Amino acid sequence: MRIEPAVEVTGLVKRYGTRTAVDGMDLTVPRGSVTAVLGPNGAGKTTTVEVCEGYRRPDGGSVRVLGLDPVTQGAELRPRIGVMLQSGGVYPGARAAEMLRHAATLYADPVAPELLIGRLGLEACGRTPYRRLSGGQQQRLALAMAVVGRPELVFLDEPTAGLDPQARHATWDLVRELRADGVTVVLTTHYMDEAEQLADNVVIIDRGRAIAEGTPEELCRGGAENTLRFTGRPGLDVASLLNALPADALAAELTPGNYRIEGKIDPQLLATVTSWCAQHGVLPDRLSVERRTLEDVFLELTGKELRA
Amino acid sequence: MSTATTDTAFAQGAFTPRPGAAPLPRMIRAQALLETRMLLRNGEQLLLTVVIPALLLVLFSAVDIVDTGAGRSVDFLTPGILALAVLSTAFTGQAIATGFERRYGVLKRLGASPLPRWALMTAKTCSVLVTEALQVVLLTLIALALGWSPHGDPLAIVLLLLLGTAAFSGLGLLMAGTLKAEATLAAANLVFLLLLVGGGVIVPLDKFSGGVQDVLRLLPVSALSDGLRDVLQHGAGMPWGDLGILAVWAVVGLAAAGRWFRWE
Repeated sequence: MRIEPAVEVTGLVKRYGTRTAVDGMDLTVPRGSVTAVLGPNGAGKTTTVEVCEGYRRPDGGSVRVLGLDPVTQGAELRPRIGVMLQSGGVYPGARAAEMLRHAATLYADPVAPELLIGRLGLEACGRTPYRRLSGGQQQRLALAMAVVGRPELVFLDEPTAGLDPQARHATWDLVRELRADGVTVVLTTHYMDEAEQLADNVVIIDRGRAIAEGTPEELCRGGAENTLRFTGRPGLDVASLLNALPADALAAELTPGNYRIEGKIDPQLLATVTSWCAQHGVLPDRLSVERRTLEDVFLELTGKELRA
Repeated sequence: MSTATTDTAFAQGAFTPRPGAAPLPRMIRAQALLETRMLLRNGEQLLLTVVIPALLLVLFSAVDIVDTGAGRSVDFLTPGILALAVLSTAFTGQAIATGFERRYGVLKRLGASPLPRWALMTAKTCSVLVTEALQVVLLTLIALALGWSPHGDPLAIVLLLLLGTAAFSGLGLLMAGTLKAEATLAAANLVFLLLLVGGGVIVPLDKFSGGVQDVLRLLPVSALSDGLRDVLQHGAGMPWGDLGILAVWAVVGLAAAGRWFRWE
């Protein structure tokens, strides 16, 4: 028997009027994983998540969340999921601690609100009305409200947008703890480092569909090759270096004295380069191996032009 | 030695999934209490629901500004002010609060919680009724201090207040669920003012010319104040005509709100 994924989206289509926000999206979230949905603004991240949360009715395709249909079986699904919206969601006049306590009373067996307040650094503003909280405090309160009911699955829509580094790390630590305790987490973000730090599984989406998927390592490894650079005296015999390297590697002197090798950079290749240098009496200076970052992958896949 | 993170971290298993909704009565009770606290904490709402009706009652009873016909003015005014109190809470206050809750994503977020939508609306209704009960007690005390002597069947009063609440809630929610929050704010206040003047609250409807009067009598606030006045001032029995008008408004308003209310 196969273990059913926490989220299974196939061929999802969602239109708003004439605009197609999601256009044939596939998304599978394994149980117990942290999955980051990465994409430029307007790629369809929020729409996809909101369909999973039961807010929007799909125009095509199928969506199963914890094995349920979010629209027709919403009443059964809602107690089992936690939701953090991109913004808002709290009475402007409600105090932070009051609102979290209220959220807790809606669940059978919640996490103690006081623990979450302390954990997310909200002690100082427990009695402050929501409208007077800073943006970061509002975000953290929304995060606390999403996890207070001990859900099986949490959807976090840009949980760290606009947070300072401390708050961001507090959020990351919380997400790691959720995973350690067996909670499935789906988060949208456009921070590459966030996806690299947290996610077991990254789905890059663009123009309403998933265009790449894998672990951060897989995504960084695939596609374009990695790079090794070094500097040495100008005019080295690049042809000879090329002969020493595996057939699929490339070598070039970019500017006098600056050399670049592209290919599968593994320990073997590094040893080949340094021994070639030794044979030619070259001390390779500033030798560096560059791996692609998720950001490189992301920009390659989604293009570099700015989107509205 | 830095142990900061381990000190504040939860013990392993703090988040182990144990999902489930709280029992419905607990959810509705908590939601109703929260809604009531939000309302009582809001200065503008209190101005509208408590200060204005109380001031009007005192002012118009003490000073002969409007000719309220035969009898003591407090006996004419109190039923009208009670109708105004219901209007301010069930219609104006509820419309404005709900409009902004919709705008700030409160309704949307609650929609993802275990609280069903019907339970949210039930809680809102409870909160309106609690507020109205407080208003009625306060205004009754003020009126009695001003020498008010009420008559009539308490059951008729309760029925009028409940049907009035249903009628105003339907209209208020219809407004809150279809217009922008700012438009709701403006329109709900405007309607409050217009009905204050033209709804038989402090100005007897017979001051208006015949044709206008006939139309104004069909307004929910006129039906409510007229019905309350018949019973409280004149000791009449069940005011079926006014109850009928309120029932029609309630059915139409609630049905329209149910049909067109948007949660986001």
